[in-house]
Amino acid sequence: MTQIDTLNALAVEPASAPAVRRLRRRRLRVGRGVVLLLAGAYFLVPLYAALDFALRDIQGRFSLSPLTQITAQPGFGAAVGLSFKLSVVTLALELIIMVPTVIYVHLRLPRFRRVMEVITILPIVIPPIVLILGVLAAARPYQWLSASPYLLALVYVVLAMPFVYRSLDSGLGALDLRTLVEAARSLGSGWISTMWRVLIPNLRSALLSASVLTLALVFGEFTMAQLDLWTTVPVWIYNSSSNNPHVVTAVAMIFLVAMWVVLTLIVSLDRTHRRTKDTP
Amino acid sequence: MTSPDVLDPQRSRTTTEHSRDGAPVVLHQLTRTYGTTRALDQFSLDVAPGEFVALLGPSGCGKTTALRMVAGFDTPDSGQILVDGVDVSRIPAQKRDMGMVFQSYSLFPNMSARDNVAFGLRLRHQRGGLRRQRAHELLDLVGLAEHVTKYPHQLSGGQQQRVALARALAIEPRVLLLDEPLSALDAKVRAELRDQIRALQQRLAITTLFVTHDQEEALSMADRVCVMSRGRVEQIASPAELYAHPSSAFVAEFVGVSSRVPVERHGDRVVLFEREAAIRGESPALDAGPVDALLRPEDVSVRPDPTGAGVVQHRSFLGASTRLEIGFADVVVKTDVRSVDAGDFELGTRVSLDVAVLDVLVTPRRVPSPEG
Repeated sequence: MTQIDTLNALAVEPASAPAVRRLRRRRLRVGRGVVLLLAGAYFLVPLYAALDFALRDIQGRFSLSPLTQITAQPGFGAAVGLSFKLSVVTLALELIIMVPTVIYVHLRLPRFRRVMEVITILPIVIPPIVLILGVLAAARPYQWLSASPYLLALVYVVLAMPFVYRSLDSGLGALDLRTLVEAARSLGSGWISTMWRVLIPNLRSALLSASVLTLALVFGEFTMAQLDLWTTVPVWIYNSSSNNPHVVTAVAMIFLVAMWVVLTLIVSLDRTHRRTKDTP
Repeated sequence: MTSPDVLDPQRSRTTTEHSRDGAPVVLHQLTRTYGTTRALDQFSLDVAPGEFVALLGPSGCGKTTALRMVAGFDTPDSGQILVDGVDVSRIPAQKRDMGMVFQSYSLFPNMSARDNVAFGLRLRHQRGGLRRQRAHELLDLVGLAEHVTKYPHQLSGGQQQRVALARALAIEPRVLLLDEPLSALDAKVRAELRDQIRALQQRLAITTLFVTHDQEEALSMADRVCVMSRGRVEQIASPAELYAHPSSAFVAEFVGVSSRVPVERHGDRVVLFEREAAIRGESPALDAGPVDALLRPEDVSVRPDPTGAGVVQHRSFLGASTRLEIGFADVVVKTDVRSVDAGDFELGTRVSLDVAVLDVLVTPRRVPSPEG
């Protein structure tokens, strides 16, 4: 009987091959779906839990009071203000330093790009606690610097460098940089004018993504701000979490949503700009 | 695609064509070394006002280096660049007033065709209305009046190069520099744009330096062609002179088609295919050693001959004519026949060659390399 079954199976093999393929494809689809579901759950469940927690009062009932109480929290406004100022200063310094540097490396020192990549990875490799302790020790003799919150901005510039460098590097890689610069110069454009009128407009996407990443980093960095004794938003969240955890979670959720909104706005603005250009 | 107006040589310069009269350009003993490579070696060239000179040569011969030095993108180790009698070799590129069209599409992607053309005028603080009007005029001049608002990615390669040409002309440059502007284009567009550039250059009488490795482009467009090799000038002459009277074996072989045939020398004559021919006067100085004759396709005629020593090895259809490669024992000779007669010369046909000229260019014999 077994032999007959085997023979039958062999006989029908050619006819059933498409069915087997269909079955495999279905399994693959199901497998992909499961992986996607698990990955989605991994990201969304904590977010849902945080949102659920943020929308409950102290008795555990659904309430919008954590949201309405945010602005009344002591120190919240100052923390937001400080984080905002730090992010603006960091972003400005980052772009002023990195844009000309990366353009210069692309134009004049292309062989140095590999070295630059390694250098820009260093802030990721060095633990933040080591970095900030070193910076604090180095800045101690300079009272005006060590007592200023903008010391943090200097450190954030270094921290954000890997992200900014990579964004700019890929943006410049997509341009025929040398020809554009030479074309502009042959028409009478100096370096500043070439940067402002030709290069920066063509690096819009790269600059936007670098800016978003820098803002996200500054608004999310905790260790260095805590050790430098400045109450930025993450430090405020940490300090206040034991007093009013629902409000603090609501703040964290709001910042998360705000960052997503900014990101979406930037992407859609960029798309709109491209679409406008595509319309003859 | 080609604007008929542009190609009309009778059309006089209008008020919209503001280009100044061309400036004389003198390159005096320019030398430039990169590491151990000498890109330019005592390179000298005089370009008359309004003249169109092509720098022609193989890759690495220094032609682009010379052009980039004139543009201000490179600095000579020694030597001078005089434009209108003024040494500009240390003046930055943005202050030289040179219009340049590049090999790769160099339009600014964030600007429309009109803004690209107006870019140089904007830097010269020309008022908005005037600037736009002039940009329109120049785009009209290159046949792109209907594309003023289009962005570079919405234009074809040929259109982009025409916008680049209009942009270079907009600033009324003293010298127009063309760095292989046609090499990225397909054959048909290349031919059209070639005619258009030449017609514009003649009408505007602008001094033009044109870099190319395509001899057909150089010969068809330029007033004079400067053939370069290893950073030096091999020969500067009109296209006809260059073709008919090359000053060296390099020029003869680089410009046009030549076949190198070993020949016996008897005093001032050589024996070529059992016939005597005189040694052409401008042949390189020769000692008593063995020599090769350099034959143009039109220097020989071919006839089918069952007892002939040559065999048709290869045929290339060129339109009105067909090029034959005739193999002998140790050489291959290229010659052309009318395509209507090409049927007599199938592959493998035995043929005889006759020398159709009284004198030939002769050069010292090339010693074959060990690799062959």
